[in-house]
Amino acid sequence: MDSPNAAPGRPLSPHLQIYRPMLSMMMSIVHRITGGALYVGTVLVVIWLVSAAAGPSAFATAQAVYGSILGQLVLFFYTWALVHHALGGVRHLIWDVGHGFEPGQRELLYRATLAGSIGLTLLIWIVGYALKGAAG
Amino acid sequence: MRTPLGQVRGLGSAKSGTEHFWLQRLTAVANLPLTLVFIGVVATLAGSSHAGATATLGNPCVAILMLLFVLSATVHMRIGMQVIIEDYVHDDLLKLLALMANTFFAIVIGLAAAFALLKISFGV
Repeated sequence: MDSPNAAPGRPLSPHLQIYRPMLSMMMSIVHRITGGALYVGTVLVVIWLVSAAAGPSAFATAQAVYGSILGQLVLFFYTWALVHHALGGVRHLIWDVGHGFEPGQRELLYRATLAGSIGLTLLIWIVGYALKGAAG
Repeated sequence: MRTPLGQVRGLGSAKSGTEHFWLQRLTAVANLPLTLVFIGVVATLAGSSHAGATATLGNPCVAILMLLFVLSATVHMRIGMQVIIEDYVHDDLLKLLALMANTFFAIVIGLAAAFALLKISFGV
């Protein structure tokens, strides 16, 4: 509560800087950060789609920019953010139906989210490179 | 009989609650298969020509799934960012403006993506 008429000097509940960083809090924070990054990144998706709708020359420019080293680096992290946020969402859905709250299960879910997001992102990019040019 | 609940209902910081929670989950579940489609389509079109990309994106099944993804994802990201704004922006006017900007952004993104996909599909 940030009520302006709260009495001064009252104890506040401890905030982030009090705690030793733990996987649980890091994963919670990263879920929000990846969500925010995906939000901003939708601009890249829209530019790509609109350039395809605009015509061959606009699309060729977009493909060249997105296919550059910097472009691919951004898209690689965008892929990871998307996969990580999706797997984090699955974790939340598991909690929503009342499962996975035991300490061991929680830790397993966090590790599976992290390992899964890194593994799947690499897999997507390997398949992406293998398919390069497949659609003509 | 009037219980105390009736006096506080709708007075939380967001003025609403369960609909927001439910819509976030509903779109999250929808996003899971649609994100797989989206990643598959984009990965397939890496480095492709304009003709190849528009042929794929103009396929009715691909276009419909991509449009569903745009709808679900923009609703999901709008209410997700709404929570972030409500958590961190405490000034009332600033919060109001940020929430408006958030809605505008989501609508612009959703409409632009949908328009592009439809234009590619209808080939005008």
